[in-house]
Amino acid sequence: MTFDLAFIWAGLIAFAVLAYVILDGFDLGVGILFPAIKDPHERDTAIDSIAPVWDGNETWLVLGGGGLFAVFPLAYAIALPALYMPITLMLLALIFRGVAFEFRHRTVRGRRFWDTAFAGGSMVAALCQGIALGALVQGVRIEGRAYAGGWWDWLTPFSVMTGLAVFAGYALLGATWLIYKTEGQLQARCFRWALPLGAALLAFVGIVSLWTPLLNPTYAERWFAWPAILYAAPVPLLVAAVALAFWHAIRRRHDLRPFLLSLALFVLSYIGLAISLYPHIIPPSLSIWDAAAPEASLKFLLVGAAILLPIILVYTAYAYFVFRGKVTAGSGYHH
Amino acid sequence: MPDLFDALTLARFQFAFVIAFHIVFPAFSIGLASYLAVLEGLWLWTGRDVYQRVFRYWLKIFALTFGMGVVSGVVMSYQIGTNWGPFADRTGPILGPLLGYEVLTAFFLEAGFLGVMLFGMNKVGRGLHFFATLMVAVGTLISAFWILSANSWMQTPAGHAVAPNGQFVPVDWWEIVFNPSFPYRLVHMVLAAYLTTALVVGAVGAWHLLRDRDNAAARVMFSMAMWMATIVAPLQVVAGDLHGLNTLKHQPAKIAAMEGHFETRRGAPLILFGLPDMAAETTRYAIEIPRLGSFVLTHDWDGEVKGLKEWPREDRPNALILFWSFRIMVGIGALMVALGLWSLLWRWRGVMYAAPWLHRFAVVMGPAGFVAVIAGWITTEVGRQPWTVYGLMRTSESVSPIAAPAVATSLAAFAIVYFAVFGAGVFYLLRLMGKAPTMDEPTPAPAVPAADAAAAPALAGGTAGRLATEGDTP
Repeated sequence: MTFDLAFIWAGLIAFAVLAYVILDGFDLGVGILFPAIKDPHERDTAIDSIAPVWDGNETWLVLGGGGLFAVFPLAYAIALPALYMPITLMLLALIFRGVAFEFRHRTVRGRRFWDTAFAGGSMVAALCQGIALGALVQGVRIEGRAYAGGWWDWLTPFSVMTGLAVFAGYALLGATWLIYKTEGQLQARCFRWALPLGAALLAFVGIVSLWTPLLNPTYAERWFAWPAILYAAPVPLLVAAVALAFWHAIRRRHDLRPFLLSLALFVLSYIGLAISLYPHIIPPSLSIWDAAAPEASLKFLLVGAAILLPIILVYTAYAYFVFRGKVTAGSGYHH
Repeated sequence: MPDLFDALTLARFQFAFVIAFHIVFPAFSIGLASYLAVLEGLWLWTGRDVYQRVFRYWLKIFALTFGMGVVSGVVMSYQIGTNWGPFADRTGPILGPLLGYEVLTAFFLEAGFLGVMLFGMNKVGRGLHFFATLMVAVGTLISAFWILSANSWMQTPAGHAVAPNGQFVPVDWWEIVFNPSFPYRLVHMVLAAYLTTALVVGAVGAWHLLRDRDNAAARVMFSMAMWMATIVAPLQVVAGDLHGLNTLKHQPAKIAAMEGHFETRRGAPLILFGLPDMAAETTRYAIEIPRLGSFVLTHDWDGEVKGLKEWPREDRPNALILFWSFRIMVGIGALMVALGLWSLLWRWRGVMYAAPWLHRFAVVMGPAGFVAVIAGWITTEVGRQPWTVYGLMRTSESVSPIAAPAVATSLAAFAIVYFAVFGAGVFYLLRLMGKAPTMDEPTPAPAVPAADAAAAPALAGGTAGRLATEGDTP
């Protein structure tokens, strides 16, 4: 493991993507659960719980894309054409759900339409993100400095499976977020949803984890070879421990703990993924050093990131702090 | 002639389409964010309720606009990679960090404080709320700074070297960021955003004055907007002229195409109207004023003006598009100056609020800023062709190896979704603007410190930061 600029940047980009996944994950998850929330007031409450923060959450996606363009331009230039269809579909889905936040309050007749757009957009975006992840993990064909595969390569049983895993995971984050932010009927329903969603997530993650080493011998080596197994083995054990704690937290009707434990599940799955991929940014052949921009670019942006990211984290935390506590009926912004 | 259905042409159409749609929203939200900050500042400073009314009126419109700007902007940050992979690979080391700084300094700032600005009126004190509004406004301006720097580098690249693998690598960041065309483009675009917003605000004010000339909030809107038109429109003419001279120095082929000049000559005419014909290398049906062209461009009646024949055919931008997009922009600019002067005269005579014809003119001019912004961007971007990085990387070398059917499919999908979604958005915007700003809407609860608000949600409850939904039921 070389501790150089490319390594630091790989860590920062990984952090941005993780921040995106868990932050937009819960607000996309609220969208996924939306069709199951029928009562108009509960729908307003669910939307109100994420309206002040969703835009900030989605900004991490822009940082992921923009950051990749800046520090690993070759990876950006290869991955995006390879993932052309799922990325384009995801962007279109994000348009529908993004505008729905405001549009649904601007019309009475059309509210059902925009609620459907919010739910459908959230679902498609979640699926596409998962599929894109799987398409990356299964490997991308490269010739010279460009993508060399076809425009349907991304669609395989494996990528569909990762799509379902992310879909279930986001739904779980959404349910546990609503447990944390709401009360009464809606919260009770989310408590009921949380366990099956958690079980589904674990099942999908389990299948993907067993499937991944079969895709490519390198992946198997990174998990099972000595001494890699020393730091790889705790990951599944921790997942089991977190799952148990999650089960308890739901049964004891804890408010915040189910959400935090769902986040922990995401972080652990993410670490598992990182163990499989590192040091490749686009498997099976492009490493972070192959893809890194020249040092002058890495340094220039690192200065800004080192100063600005802590500030961003502080005022993002402040924004969450302002809107802390349960969302109460009538504190809706549009009522 | 390029094949209409090859991947390159389709990718160019797609980029032009999604970016032309996108620019409309930031152009409006840059101006509107600053306007809202001024209104809230005036409210806190003078305590006059009317400023707060106008603030709330435009805040709802801002929320809609900003949302559409965000979602159409996320598309842009991926479009470069999906459709222009080789471009991304080679320019990433230069353009990537500029866009990275845009995200870190602007996007997070806007997004972080937008929630407080839109929904936090009752959760934080007035001072903090004003601070949030200011941060959003500052964020939009910082965003303009970085994105225009990146665009300008593509127009007038500087401060770089080319590595053996073809990548542009940074040598001097100061030269990259402040490349030769950047200061002009930045000023021109920010003024354009302010003017565009002023025209919309002025049109809405005028529309409601035509119905009720005593509406105090409509008067405030109209008056503030007309001051902007009066002062900023002439400034924009000066900024545009300086920008043009800068372009003449660095991209003379673009200017030749804008002016419809094919022959290089001294004492060149100013062609007012005509139809440039790229194949025949001449501008047909030209109506021209002798020698004025040389004077405008070189400030000398006998100055030499280069024509497009100076460049090989494959290096020429399309003069037919540039000639007309440029004239549309300039024509609208002249109308803006006229509106500013007319309103100034009527203001001076004390009849500005009782002048139906002035109000009608202002209403008609409402969308003019958007047209001018798009025409201006078409001029500068089509004028950069056939290059993506001017003189260094061709557009044809920049495109991703994506099959044409994939690009055609995504282009069709973007077109359908954009017209449907943003069409609906514009409809909702117009409906909000159609509602008269009144003085009897609910007032906000007195701002209580956050801790108290959390402790007593019932107090803060009914009157949170936003106003009632205006449904479409009668």
